[in-house]
Amino acid sequence: MTATANARTSVAASLPRGIWIRMYLRLFAVQGSWNYESLIGNGIAFCMEPALRLLPGGIGGQKYSEALGRHARYFNAHPYFAGVAVGALARAELDGVPPALIERFRTALGGPLGSVGDRLVWASWLPLCSLIALSAFGFGAPPLLVTAIFLVSYNLGHFWLRAWGLQVGFKKGLRVADALGNPVLRKGPQIVGTAAALVAGLAIPLASSRLIGGGRSLAAGIIVVAMFGGVLFSRFGGRIEGWRLSLAILALFVFFSVIR
Amino acid sequence: MIILLDLLPIVMLGAFLGMDVVTFPQAMISRPIVAATAAGAFIGNAPAGLIMGAILELLALEMLPFGASRYPEWGSASVVGGALYASAWGDPAGALVASLLAALLTAMVSGWSMVRLRRSNARRAASLKSRLDAGSVDAVTGLQLFGLTADLFRGAIVTFVAMLVFKPLTPAIISAWTVDARDSRAVVVAIVAAVAAGAIWKIFHSVPKARIVFVSGLVIGAFLVVTR
Repeated sequence: MTATANARTSVAASLPRGIWIRMYLRLFAVQGSWNYESLIGNGIAFCMEPALRLLPGGIGGQKYSEALGRHARYFNAHPYFAGVAVGALARAELDGVPPALIERFRTALGGPLGSVGDRLVWASWLPLCSLIALSAFGFGAPPLLVTAIFLVSYNLGHFWLRAWGLQVGFKKGLRVADALGNPVLRKGPQIVGTAAALVAGLAIPLASSRLIGGGRSLAAGIIVVAMFGGVLFSRFGGRIEGWRLSLAILALFVFFSVIR
Repeated sequence: MIILLDLLPIVMLGAFLGMDVVTFPQAMISRPIVAATAAGAFIGNAPAGLIMGAILELLALEMLPFGASRYPEWGSASVVGGALYASAWGDPAGALVASLLAALLTAMVSGWSMVRLRRSNARRAASLKSRLDAGSVDAVTGLQLFGLTADLFRGAIVTFVAMLVFKPLTPAIISAWTVDARDSRAVVVAIVAAVAAGAIWKIFHSVPKARIVFVSGLVIGAFLVVTR
Protein backbone atom coordinates (compact mmCIF):
# COMPACT_ATOMS: atom_id res chain seq x y z
CA MET A 1 0.00 0.00 0.00
CA THR A 2 2.81 2.35 1.03
CA ALA A 3 4.88 1.27 -1.98
CA THR A 4 1.97 2.05 -4.34
CA ALA A 5 1.45 5.45 -2.74
CA ASN A 6 5.18 6.21 -3.07
CA ALA A 7 5.12 5.20 -6.73
CA ARG A 8 2.18 7.53 -7.40
CA THR A 9 3.88 10.39 -5.57
CA SER A 10 6.97 9.91 -7.72
CA VAL A 11 4.90 9.83 -10.93
CA ALA A 12 3.10 12.98 -9.84
CA ALA A 13 6.39 14.76 -9.17
CA SER A 14 7.63 14.26 -12.73
CA LEU A 15 6.25 12.39 -15.70
CA PRO A 16 8.19 9.39 -17.05
CA ARG A 17 10.23 10.58 -20.06
CA GLY A 18 8.41 8.38 -22.61
CA ILE A 19 5.00 9.69 -21.55
CA TRP A 20 6.22 13.31 -21.55
CA ILE A 21 7.55 12.89 -25.11
CA ARG A 22 4.29 11.28 -26.29
CA MET A 23 2.27 14.13 -24.79
CA TYR A 24 4.63 16.74 -26.28
CA LEU A 25 4.37 15.24 -29.77
CA ARG A 26 0.58 15.00 -29.51
CA LEU A 27 0.45 18.72 -28.67
CA PHE A 28 1.41 19.47 -32.29
CA ALA A 29 -1.93 17.93 -33.32
CA VAL A 30 -3.99 19.44 -30.50
CA GLN A 31 -6.19 21.26 -33.03
CA GLY A 32 -6.64 18.15 -35.19
CA SER A 33 -10.40 17.99 -34.65
CA TRP A 34 -11.02 21.73 -34.03
CA ASN A 35 -14.71 22.47 -34.37
CA TYR A 36 -17.26 25.15 -33.45
CA GLU A 37 -18.84 23.04 -30.67
CA SER A 38 -16.01 21.75 -28.46
CA LEU A 39 -13.14 23.83 -29.99
CA ILE A 40 -9.93 22.03 -28.88
CA GLY A 41 -11.61 19.98 -26.13
CA ASN A 42 -11.09 16.64 -27.85
CA GLY A 43 -7.49 17.62 -28.60
CA ILE A 44 -6.84 18.25 -24.90
CA ALA A 45 -8.12 14.76 -24.03
CA PHE A 46 -6.03 13.29 -26.88
CA CYS A 47 -2.86 14.96 -25.54
CA MET A 48 -3.52 14.01 -21.89
CA GLU A 49 -4.33 10.39 -22.65
CA PRO A 50 -0.78 8.98 -22.20
CA ALA A 51 -0.60 10.45 -18.66
CA LEU A 52 -4.07 9.16 -17.76
CA ARG A 53 -2.82 5.59 -18.31
CA LEU A 54 -0.95 6.05 -15.02
CA LEU A 55 -4.23 6.33 -13.09
CA PRO A 56 -5.17 3.33 -10.93
CA GLY A 57 -6.70 0.65 -13.18
CA GLY A 58 -4.76 1.81 -16.26
CA ILE A 59 -6.33 1.97 -19.74
CA GLY A 60 -10.02 1.16 -19.53
CA GLY A 61 -10.10 1.57 -15.76
CA GLN A 62 -12.95 3.58 -14.25
CA LYS A 63 -10.76 6.55 -13.27
CA TYR A 64 -9.12 6.58 -16.71
CA SER A 65 -12.46 6.59 -18.56
CA GLU A 66 -14.01 9.21 -16.28
CA ALA A 67 -11.02 11.52 -16.67
CA LEU A 68 -10.84 11.09 -20.45
CA GLY A 69 -14.57 11.80 -20.77
CA ARG A 70 -14.22 14.89 -18.59
CA HIS A 71 -11.49 16.39 -20.75
CA ALA A 72 -12.99 15.64 -24.19
CA ARG A 73 -15.56 18.41 -23.61
CA TYR A 74 -15.45 22.08 -24.63
CA PHE A 75 -12.15 23.82 -24.06
CA ASN A 76 -10.53 26.88 -25.57
CA ALA A 77 -6.90 27.96 -25.45
CA HIS A 78 -4.18 29.16 -27.76
CA PRO A 79 -2.74 25.98 -29.35
CA TYR A 80 0.84 26.72 -28.22
CA PHE A 81 -0.37 27.30 -24.65
CA ALA A 82 -2.61 24.22 -24.61
CA GLY A 83 0.36 22.37 -23.10
CA VAL A 84 -0.06 24.40 -19.91
CA ALA A 85 -3.62 23.09 -19.59
CA VAL A 86 -2.65 19.54 -20.58
CA GLY A 87 0.14 19.44 -18.00
CA ALA A 88 -1.85 21.07 -15.19
CA LEU A 89 -4.96 18.95 -15.76
CA ALA A 90 -2.92 15.73 -16.00
CA ARG A 91 -1.23 16.60 -12.72
CA ALA A 92 -4.59 17.29 -11.07
CA GLU A 93 -5.96 13.93 -12.25
CA LEU A 94 -2.88 12.04 -11.08
CA ASP A 95 -3.00 13.84 -7.73
CA GLY A 96 -6.58 12.64 -7.28
CA VAL A 97 -8.11 16.14 -7.12
CA PRO A 98 -11.94 15.91 -6.86
CA PRO A 99 -13.68 16.06 -10.28
CA ALA A 100 -15.81 19.10 -9.33
CA LEU A 101 -12.66 21.10 -8.54
CA ILE A 102 -11.00 19.96 -11.77
CA GLU A 103 -14.08 21.12 -13.72
CA ARG A 104 -13.95 24.57 -12.09
CA PHE A 105 -10.20 24.83 -12.69
CA ARG A 106 -10.66 23.79 -16.31
CA THR A 107 -13.31 26.44 -16.88
CA ALA A 108 -11.13 29.16 -15.35
CA LEU A 109 -8.00 28.17 -17.27
CA GLY A 110 -9.19 28.49 -20.88
CA GLY A 111 -9.65 32.28 -21.16
CA PRO A 112 -6.21 33.39 -19.92
CA LEU A 113 -4.43 30.75 -22.05
CA GLY A 114 -6.23 32.07 -25.11
CA SER A 115 -5.57 35.76 -24.56
CA VAL A 116 -1.92 35.39 -23.48
CA GLY A 117 -1.19 33.21 -26.52
CA ASP A 118 -2.99 35.47 -28.97
CA ARG A 119 -1.09 38.54 -27.79
CA LEU A 120 2.32 36.90 -27.51
CA VAL A 121 2.30 34.58 -30.53
CA TRP A 122 -0.21 35.70 -33.18
CA ALA A 123 0.02 39.44 -32.60
CA SER A 124 3.74 39.71 -31.75
CA TRP A 125 6.06 36.77 -32.40
CA LEU A 126 4.62 35.69 -35.76
CA PRO A 127 4.60 39.21 -37.30
CA LEU A 128 8.13 39.86 -35.97
CA CYS A 129 9.56 36.69 -37.53
CA SER A 130 7.67 37.35 -40.74
CA LEU A 131 9.02 40.91 -40.92
CA ILE A 132 12.58 39.75 -40.20
CA ALA A 133 12.29 37.31 -43.12
CA LEU A 134 10.88 40.09 -45.34
CA SER A 135 13.82 42.32 -44.35
CA ALA A 136 16.24 39.54 -45.30
CA PHE A 137 14.39 39.27 -48.62
CA GLY A 138 14.70 43.04 -49.05
CA PHE A 139 18.45 42.85 -48.43
CA GLY A 140 18.70 40.36 -51.31
CA ALA A 141 18.95 37.07 -49.41
CA PRO A 142 18.42 33.92 -51.55
CA PRO A 143 15.27 31.74 -51.18
CA LEU A 144 16.81 29.12 -48.89
CA LEU A 145 18.20 31.72 -46.49
CA VAL A 146 14.94 33.71 -46.30
CA THR A 147 12.86 30.63 -45.53
CA ALA A 148 15.48 29.31 -43.07
CA ILE A 149 15.55 32.65 -41.20
CA PHE A 150 11.77 32.58 -40.83
CA LEU A 151 11.39 28.90 -39.92
CA VAL A 152 14.30 28.74 -37.47
CA SER A 153 13.51 31.99 -35.64
CA TYR A 154 9.77 31.29 -35.43
CA ASN A 155 10.05 27.67 -34.41
CA LEU A 156 12.67 28.26 -31.73
CA GLY A 157 9.93 30.15 -29.91
CA HIS A 158 7.20 27.74 -30.99
CA PHE A 159 8.88 24.47 -29.93
CA TRP A 160 10.16 26.00 -26.69
CA LEU A 161 6.76 27.43 -25.78
CA ARG A 162 5.00 24.08 -26.19
CA ALA A 163 7.66 22.31 -24.10
CA TRP A 164 7.67 25.03 -21.42
CA GLY A 165 3.87 24.91 -21.22
CA LEU A 166 3.72 21.17 -20.67
CA GLN A 167 6.56 21.28 -18.17
CA VAL A 168 5.28 24.20 -16.12
CA GLY A 169 1.69 22.96 -16.27
CA PHE A 170 2.61 19.59 -14.84
CA LYS A 171 4.98 21.06 -12.26
CA LYS A 172 2.52 23.64 -10.92
CA GLY A 173 -0.76 21.73 -11.31
CA LEU A 174 -3.65 23.75 -9.90
CA ARG A 175 -1.24 26.61 -9.06
CA VAL A 176 -0.34 27.13 -12.71
CA ALA A 177 -1.86 30.64 -12.74
CA ASP A 178 1.36 31.81 -11.02
CA ALA A 179 3.33 30.77 -14.10
CA LEU A 180 1.15 32.92 -16.34
CA GLY A 181 2.39 35.93 -14.41
CA ASN A 182 5.89 35.22 -15.77
CA PRO A 183 7.54 38.52 -16.89
CA VAL A 184 8.16 37.06 -20.37
CA LEU A 185 4.42 36.57 -20.82
CA ARG A 186 3.45 39.92 -19.29
CA LYS A 187 6.07 42.17 -20.88
CA GLY A 188 6.87 40.01 -23.92
CA PRO A 189 4.13 41.25 -26.26
CA GLN A 190 5.11 44.88 -25.65
CA ILE A 191 8.84 44.31 -26.19
CA VAL A 192 8.33 42.08 -29.22
CA GLY A 193 5.74 44.54 -30.56
CA THR A 194 8.19 47.45 -30.34
CA ALA A 195 10.88 45.42 -32.10
CA ALA A 196 8.37 44.38 -34.78
CA ALA A 197 7.32 47.99 -35.39
CA LEU A 198 10.98 48.91 -36.02
CA VAL A 199 11.59 45.92 -38.30
CA ALA A 200 8.32 46.66 -40.13
CA GLY A 201 9.59 50.16 -40.93
CA LEU A 202 12.71 48.60 -42.45
CA ALA A 203 11.07 45.63 -44.13
CA ILE A 204 8.32 47.34 -46.11
CA PRO A 205 10.54 49.72 -48.16
CA LEU A 206 13.33 47.16 -48.61
CA ALA A 207 10.98 44.34 -49.68
CA SER A 208 9.03 46.70 -51.96
CA SER A 209 12.25 47.85 -53.58
CA ARG A 210 13.37 44.28 -54.34
CA LEU A 211 9.91 43.37 -55.63
CA ILE A 212 9.96 46.30 -58.06
CA GLY A 213 13.37 45.12 -59.20
CA GLY A 214 15.42 48.31 -59.61
CA GLY A 215 14.72 51.96 -60.31
CA ARG A 216 15.28 54.12 -57.23
CA SER A 217 12.83 56.85 -58.20
CA LEU A 218 10.07 54.31 -58.93
CA ALA A 219 10.81 52.53 -55.66
CA ALA A 220 10.74 55.80 -53.70
CA GLY A 221 7.48 56.82 -55.41
CA ILE A 222 5.85 53.49 -54.60
CA ILE A 223 6.98 53.65 -50.98
CA VAL A 224 5.37 57.09 -50.63
CA VAL A 225 2.16 55.88 -52.31
CA ALA A 226 2.14 52.77 -50.12
CA MET A 227 2.60 54.73 -46.90
CA PHE A 228 -0.17 57.13 -47.88
CA GLY A 229 -2.38 54.15 -48.76
CA GLY A 230 -1.42 52.46 -45.49
CA VAL A 231 -2.48 55.50 -43.46
CA LEU A 232 -5.78 55.69 -45.35
CA PHE A 233 -6.31 51.96 -44.94
CA SER A 234 -5.59 51.97 -41.21
CA ARG A 235 -7.89 54.97 -40.68
CA PHE A 236 -10.80 54.02 -42.89
CA GLY A 237 -10.24 50.36 -43.74
CA GLY A 238 -11.89 48.86 -40.66
CA ARG A 239 -14.86 47.63 -42.66
CA ILE A 240 -12.97 45.76 -45.35
CA GLU A 241 -10.02 43.41 -45.11
CA GLY A 242 -6.97 44.44 -47.12
CA TRP A 243 -6.64 41.16 -48.98
CA ARG A 244 -10.27 41.38 -50.17
CA LEU A 245 -9.69 44.95 -51.36
CA SER A 246 -6.51 43.79 -53.13
CA LEU A 247 -8.46 40.97 -54.76
CA ALA A 248 -11.09 43.38 -56.07
CA ILE A 249 -8.49 45.86 -57.41
CA LEU A 250 -6.44 43.11 -59.05
CA ALA A 251 -9.55 41.61 -60.69
CA LEU A 252 -10.40 45.03 -62.15
CA PHE A 253 -6.79 45.49 -63.24
CA VAL A 254 -6.77 42.12 -65.04
CA PHE A 255 -10.08 42.97 -66.69
CA PHE A 256 -8.75 46.35 -67.81
CA SER A 257 -5.47 45.00 -69.14
CA VAL A 258 -6.98 42.07 -71.02
CA ILE A 259 -9.95 43.74 -72.71
CA ARG A 260 -8.55 47.17 -73.60
CA MET B 1 -3.94 10.96 -66.27
CA ILE B 2 -0.87 12.94 -67.39
CA ILE B 3 -2.36 16.10 -65.84
CA LEU B 4 -2.90 14.24 -62.57
CA LEU B 5 0.69 12.97 -62.45
CA ASP B 6 1.94 16.40 -63.47
CA LEU B 7 0.11 18.08 -60.62
CA LEU B 8 0.72 15.38 -57.99
CA PRO B 9 3.80 16.93 -56.30
CA ILE B 10 2.14 20.35 -56.06
CA VAL B 11 -1.13 18.83 -54.81
CA MET B 12 0.74 16.89 -52.11
CA LEU B 13 2.60 20.03 -51.08
CA GLY B 14 -0.66 21.99 -50.99
CA ALA B 15 -2.28 19.26 -48.89
CA PHE B 16 0.48 19.17 -46.31
CA LEU B 17 0.91 22.94 -46.08
CA GLY B 18 -2.87 23.45 -45.94
CA MET B 19 -2.88 21.14 -42.94
CA ASP B 20 -0.13 23.12 -41.21
CA VAL B 21 -2.36 26.21 -40.99
CA VAL B 22 -4.49 24.77 -38.17
CA THR B 23 -4.33 21.03 -37.56
CA PHE B 24 -0.72 19.81 -37.72
CA PRO B 25 2.00 20.88 -36.85
CA GLN B 26 1.34 24.65 -37.00
CA ALA B 27 5.05 25.28 -37.51
CA MET B 28 4.10 28.03 -39.97
CA ILE B 29 5.62 26.22 -42.94
CA SER B 30 2.28 27.28 -44.42
CA ARG B 31 3.23 30.98 -44.27
CA PRO B 32 3.40 32.36 -47.82
CA ILE B 33 7.10 33.21 -47.67
CA VAL B 34 7.85 29.51 -47.08
CA ALA B 35 4.97 27.82 -48.94
CA ALA B 36 5.24 29.79 -52.20
CA THR B 37 9.04 29.46 -52.21
CA ALA B 38 8.72 25.69 -51.70
CA ALA B 39 6.23 25.50 -54.58
CA GLY B 40 8.63 27.49 -56.77
CA ALA B 41 11.43 25.10 -55.82
CA PHE B 42 9.20 22.13 -56.80
CA ILE B 43 8.78 23.71 -60.25
CA GLY B 44 12.52 24.40 -60.41
CA ASN B 45 12.27 28.18 -60.02
CA ALA B 46 12.61 28.98 -56.30
CA PRO B 47 13.47 32.69 -56.85
CA ALA B 48 10.11 33.25 -58.57
CA GLY B 49 8.37 31.38 -55.74
CA LEU B 50 10.09 33.68 -53.25
CA ILE B 51 8.84 36.79 -55.10
CA MET B 52 5.26 35.47 -54.90
CA GLY B 53 5.87 34.44 -51.28
CA ALA B 54 7.05 37.91 -50.25
CA ILE B 55 4.02 39.55 -51.91
CA LEU B 56 1.56 37.18 -50.23
CA GLU B 57 3.39 37.48 -46.91
CA LEU B 58 2.92 41.27 -46.98
CA LEU B 59 -0.81 40.69 -47.53
CA ALA B 60 -1.00 37.92 -44.91
CA LEU B 61 0.36 40.20 -42.17
CA GLU B 62 -3.13 41.61 -41.88
CA MET B 63 -4.95 38.30 -41.28
CA LEU B 64 -3.53 36.51 -38.27
CA PRO B 65 -5.00 33.11 -37.32
CA PHE B 66 -6.88 34.11 -34.16
CA GLY B 67 -8.93 31.16 -32.78
CA ALA B 68 -12.39 30.88 -34.26
CA SER B 69 -12.06 33.91 -36.56
CA ARG B 70 -12.49 33.33 -40.28
CA TYR B 71 -9.42 34.00 -42.35
CA PRO B 72 -8.06 33.08 -45.77
CA GLU B 73 -6.09 29.85 -45.84
CA TRP B 74 -2.66 30.91 -47.07
CA GLY B 75 -0.91 27.52 -47.12
CA SER B 76 -2.54 25.86 -50.14
CA ALA B 77 -3.13 29.27 -51.79
CA SER B 78 0.56 30.16 -51.59
CA VAL B 79 1.48 26.82 -53.13
CA VAL B 80 -0.89 27.57 -56.04
CA GLY B 81 0.39 31.15 -56.46
CA GLY B 82 4.04 30.13 -56.19
CA ALA B 83 3.67 27.23 -58.62
CA LEU B 84 1.82 29.32 -61.21
CA TYR B 85 4.26 32.23 -61.09
CA ALA B 86 7.28 29.93 -61.12
CA SER B 87 5.86 28.18 -64.20
CA ALA B 88 5.77 31.47 -66.16
CA TRP B 89 9.46 31.38 -67.10
CA GLY B 90 11.01 34.70 -68.07
CA ASP B 91 8.48 36.67 -65.98
CA PRO B 92 6.28 37.90 -68.84
CA ALA B 93 4.04 40.95 -68.27
CA GLY B 94 0.90 40.00 -66.39
CA ALA B 95 2.31 36.78 -64.90
CA LEU B 96 2.66 38.25 -61.43
CA VAL B 97 -0.80 39.83 -61.43
CA ALA B 98 -2.54 36.73 -62.83
CA SER B 99 -0.76 34.37 -60.41
CA LEU B 100 -1.48 36.63 -57.45
CA LEU B 101 -5.14 36.87 -58.41
CA ALA B 102 -5.28 33.06 -58.61
CA ALA B 103 -3.63 32.76 -55.18
CA LEU B 104 -6.08 35.20 -53.57
CA LEU B 105 -9.10 33.46 -55.08
CA THR B 106 -7.72 30.14 -53.84
CA ALA B 107 -7.15 31.59 -50.36
CA MET B 108 -10.78 32.73 -50.27
CA VAL B 109 -12.17 29.34 -51.35
CA SER B 110 -9.77 27.49 -49.08
CA GLY B 111 -10.79 29.64 -46.09
CA TRP B 112 -14.41 28.70 -46.83
CA SER B 113 -13.44 25.01 -47.01
CA MET B 114 -11.89 25.28 -43.53
CA VAL B 115 -15.21 26.49 -42.15
CA ARG B 116 -16.95 23.51 -43.78
CA LEU B 117 -14.37 21.17 -42.27
CA ARG B 118 -14.91 22.61 -38.79
CA ARG B 119 -18.66 22.04 -39.15
CA SER B 120 -18.01 18.52 -40.35
CA ASN B 121 -15.81 17.88 -37.28
CA ALA B 122 -18.61 19.21 -35.07
CA ARG B 123 -21.13 16.81 -36.66
CA ARG B 124 -18.70 13.93 -36.17
CA ALA B 125 -18.15 14.94 -32.53
CA ALA B 126 -21.92 15.13 -31.98
CA SER B 127 -22.40 11.63 -33.39
CA LEU B 128 -19.69 10.31 -31.03
CA LYS B 129 -20.90 12.30 -27.99
CA SER B 130 -22.04 9.40 -25.82
CA ARG B 131 -18.77 7.52 -26.40
CA LEU B 132 -16.68 10.65 -25.81
CA ASP B 133 -18.54 11.36 -22.57
CA ALA B 134 -17.94 7.76 -21.48
CA GLY B 135 -14.19 8.26 -22.02
CA SER B 136 -13.70 5.92 -24.98
CA VAL B 137 -10.09 6.24 -26.12
CA ASP B 138 -11.09 4.94 -29.56
CA ALA B 139 -13.63 7.76 -29.94
CA VAL B 140 -11.16 10.45 -28.81
CA THR B 141 -8.34 9.21 -31.06
CA GLY B 142 -10.73 8.44 -33.93
CA LEU B 143 -12.17 11.96 -33.91
CA GLN B 144 -8.68 13.45 -33.88
CA LEU B 145 -7.55 11.27 -36.80
CA PHE B 146 -10.74 12.00 -38.72
CA GLY B 147 -10.12 15.76 -38.44
CA LEU B 148 -6.46 15.46 -39.42
CA THR B 149 -7.20 13.22 -42.43
CA ALA B 150 -10.10 15.37 -43.60
CA ASP B 151 -7.91 18.48 -43.43
CA LEU B 152 -5.21 16.76 -45.49
CA PHE B 153 -7.79 15.85 -48.15
CA ARG B 154 -9.29 19.35 -47.98
CA GLY B 155 -5.92 20.92 -48.81
CA ALA B 156 -5.32 18.41 -51.60
CA ILE B 157 -8.71 19.00 -53.22
CA VAL B 158 -8.42 22.80 -53.00
CA THR B 159 -4.92 22.74 -54.52
CA PHE B 160 -5.91 20.27 -57.24
CA VAL B 161 -9.03 22.17 -58.32
CA ALA B 162 -7.21 25.53 -58.20
CA MET B 163 -4.36 24.21 -60.35
CA LEU B 164 -6.81 22.59 -62.75
CA VAL B 165 -8.61 25.93 -63.21
CA PHE B 166 -5.73 28.40 -63.10
CA LYS B 167 -2.97 26.45 -64.85
CA PRO B 168 -4.56 27.00 -68.29
CA LEU B 169 -6.17 30.34 -67.34
CA THR B 170 -2.96 32.10 -66.27
CA PRO B 171 -1.15 31.69 -69.65
CA ALA B 172 -4.36 32.84 -71.39
CA ILE B 173 -4.38 36.05 -69.32
CA ILE B 174 -0.64 36.56 -69.92
CA SER B 175 -1.05 36.18 -73.69
CA ALA B 176 -3.79 38.85 -73.75
CA TRP B 177 -1.99 41.22 -71.32
CA THR B 178 -1.49 44.77 -72.60
CA VAL B 179 -0.07 46.81 -69.69
CA ASP B 180 3.71 47.23 -69.47
CA ALA B 181 5.46 44.66 -67.20
CA ARG B 182 7.11 47.31 -65.01
CA ASP B 183 3.87 49.22 -64.50
CA SER B 184 1.99 46.00 -63.74
CA ARG B 185 4.50 45.06 -61.08
CA ALA B 186 4.45 48.59 -59.62
CA VAL B 187 0.65 48.40 -59.20
CA VAL B 188 0.95 45.07 -57.34
CA VAL B 189 3.74 46.28 -55.07
CA ALA B 190 1.94 49.55 -54.23
CA ILE B 191 -1.22 47.64 -53.26
CA VAL B 192 0.47 45.03 -51.08
CA ALA B 193 2.82 47.54 -49.42
CA ALA B 194 -0.15 49.77 -48.53
CA VAL B 195 -2.06 46.80 -47.09
CA ALA B 196 1.04 45.72 -45.12
CA ALA B 197 1.60 49.23 -43.73
CA GLY B 198 -2.06 49.44 -42.68
CA ALA B 199 -1.85 45.97 -41.13
CA ILE B 200 1.26 46.82 -39.14
CA TRP B 201 -0.46 49.89 -37.80
CA LYS B 202 -3.53 47.90 -36.80
CA ILE B 203 -1.43 45.29 -34.99
CA PHE B 204 1.00 47.55 -33.16
CA HIS B 205 -0.78 50.88 -32.66
CA SER B 206 -1.47 50.06 -29.00
CA VAL B 207 2.22 49.38 -28.27
CA PRO B 208 3.80 52.40 -26.54
CA LYS B 209 6.08 54.44 -28.84
CA ALA B 210 5.18 52.17 -31.79
CA ARG B 211 4.54 55.16 -34.05
CA ILE B 212 7.94 56.76 -33.53
CA VAL B 213 9.73 53.40 -33.72
CA PHE B 214 7.92 52.46 -36.96
CA VAL B 215 8.68 55.84 -38.55
CA SER B 216 12.35 55.52 -37.47
CA GLY B 217 12.57 52.13 -39.16
CA LEU B 218 10.86 53.54 -42.22
CA VAL B 219 13.36 56.39 -42.51
CA ILE B 220 16.29 53.95 -42.25
CA GLY B 221 14.64 51.61 -44.77
CA ALA B 222 13.88 54.41 -47.24
CA PHE B 223 17.45 55.72 -46.84
CA LEU B 224 18.85 52.27 -47.63
CA VAL B 225 16.62 51.95 -50.69
CA VAL B 226 17.67 55.33 -52.07
CA THR B 227 21.39 55.06 -51.31
CA ARG B 228 22.15 51.39 -52.07
